[in-house]
Amino acid sequence: MSGIRVSHLTKSFGDFTAVDDVSFDVNGGELAALLGPSGSGKSTILRIIAGLEQPDAGQIFLTGQDVTNSRAQKRNVGFVFQHYALFKHMNVEKNIAFGLEIQKKGKKEIKEKVAELIDLVKLNGYNNHYPSQLSGGQRQRVALARALAPEPRVLLLDEPFGALDAKVRKNLSRWIRDLHDRIHVTSVFVTHDQNEAIEIADKLILVNRGRIEQIGTAPEVYETPATKFAASFVGNVNVIEAILEKERILVNGAQGHLRHQTLENGSFEPGEVILLVRPEDTTISREHSIETPGWIPCEITGIHYRGSFYEIDLQVGTNVVKSIINKEIFVQQQWQEHQKAHVHFKQYKVFEVSDGYQTVHAMLRQLGYIE
Amino acid sequence: MIEVKHYGKKKVGQWIITGLVLAWFFVLVFFPLFGIVKETVSYGLKAFVSSLISPASLHAFWLTLLLTVVAVVLNTVLGVVMAIMFARHHFKGKLLLETVLDLPFAVSPVVAGVMLIILFGPNGWIGNWFESMNIKIIYALPGMMLATIFVTIPFVTREILPVLREFGREQEEAASTLGASGWQTFWRVTLPSIKWALAYGITLTIARSIGEFGAVLVVSASIINKTQTATLLIHDEFTDFNYAGAFSAALVLAIVSFIIITVIQFVYTKKEKGLHNA
Repeated sequence: MSGIRVSHLTKSFGDFTAVDDVSFDVNGGELAALLGPSGSGKSTILRIIAGLEQPDAGQIFLTGQDVTNSRAQKRNVGFVFQHYALFKHMNVEKNIAFGLEIQKKGKKEIKEKVAELIDLVKLNGYNNHYPSQLSGGQRQRVALARALAPEPRVLLLDEPFGALDAKVRKNLSRWIRDLHDRIHVTSVFVTHDQNEAIEIADKLILVNRGRIEQIGTAPEVYETPATKFAASFVGNVNVIEAILEKERILVNGAQGHLRHQTLENGSFEPGEVILLVRPEDTTISREHSIETPGWIPCEITGIHYRGSFYEIDLQVGTNVVKSIINKEIFVQQQWQEHQKAHVHFKQYKVFEVSDGYQTVHAMLRQLGYIE
Repeated sequence: MIEVKHYGKKKVGQWIITGLVLAWFFVLVFFPLFGIVKETVSYGLKAFVSSLISPASLHAFWLTLLLTVVAVVLNTVLGVVMAIMFARHHFKGKLLLETVLDLPFAVSPVVAGVMLIILFGPNGWIGNWFESMNIKIIYALPGMMLATIFVTIPFVTREILPVLREFGREQEEAASTLGASGWQTFWRVTLPSIKWALAYGITLTIARSIGEFGAVLVVSASIINKTQTATLLIHDEFTDFNYAGAFSAALVLAIVSFIIITVIQFVYTKKEKGLHNA
């Protein structure tokens, strides 16, 4: 196994279980994202891999070797901190050379390697600048070069773009993806930003409350979420209260019904359920009526311009559902507020409401998906 | 118009305040300083030199130097260790210990001296044992070292602790992921970051060691050529009406203090700058 193996990792801080029996593999050369809301334990997992925290239980393997009991300094991992953690009293060159000097490499070798890395992170001409003279994006690139200098077995990045403004963040994250395609070092980065994770990671490891919710490629997690959390955290989603009957699903307060899709999450007892529907999986129409199965009456309660598309608020029974319409189609169809229409859900996921709506709602509210 | 009037009023107020501060300064600092210089000069250069190179005087200055060096070396090493312990480790009773650290500032030096006598005096709890080993602590050099160290314990730790806390763990963690051992991390990363605060703490320790009087007086008994430091010498000469000797030594100490103040000011500016650049 040439990458990283995390096996049954557990870590508590006092009464708080930050990491709860977490296991996953990152294959050699892969770029994986540990994705989750703040406080989900993702940074703690990363710090345990680096040896900056000791786990209460579980094992860490780096390139097949059990490093659980070795110190950070012996693990040969590159670590990039959210706030860069550059050595403030050293210039760019000295920062990058640090790991090589510790390894007691020859002067000439160090000089060549540093020059090569400065070139790689495109900081030519900044050799003698101190961290305080650099912008956030430049600092993070120095931090990256410094972490790569000793040729680490794996590269770990803790919210690497978290302290940067939106534009720099986007450029730097794409640049990291390109860089990874060139140097292929096994990498794990921590983020709470789903877009960032979808955009640059080969594999998403979705973490919530110290546990793994789902592992998969971005399309896998997005299209076939394994849990309510996975569905709601990755991408935007509507939460619709409904009643499951034997052959059909009734949306609360609305007439009409949905045909019973194959319920992938096992068989459900008839009763209260929630439907998770992504805004882009909804269609609205004037032509269809309640007679056509799968179409539910609704009213347009809000229209929001979003640049390349329009976001439409729909009142469906007692639920508010967000829909997305392409700008051209919107202009063609000339939708207006207070119009009546019918809505169709092209794709949806059914989840049982085991603890009542309250729990689910509390969770989604915490994530900011509903108010 | 109102603004001008207001400005004028403020100006008068400022003049009064500045005048008061200057007067206060003159009465308390400049006049006494001037007094020492004038008195010393009035006895002539010959008296100045001869009283300074007298065996008692040379010994006293040598002793002060020795005590200062010992206090600085020990308190620097221990002070850094203590600060790292307080800033980086969590243990029970840490808060209590941090409070106790300030005790030498709060307790009168005379009281500190008395405490040392209770402990290390010939009949003291620990002194008893040393006495049986034929080692004298009180009224001898070891006791004076203890007294000087005691009154200067907090300086280094107090100066570097806030800097260490603000500095945080991240750079040290970064060093360790780059393969540095704890020792390498300390020398290459931690120490360079706290060096100005450390220098400031050391300068304060030096100033305090040189000027210490009360605690050292209690534990030394101020025996000429044996346990008499520079400050004790000045006191003894003065009470013996040997003004030439007293003023000469006082002037030297005043000059040394002035140099130290200048160094402190320099270091302090550097330290502040370092903090803001961080």
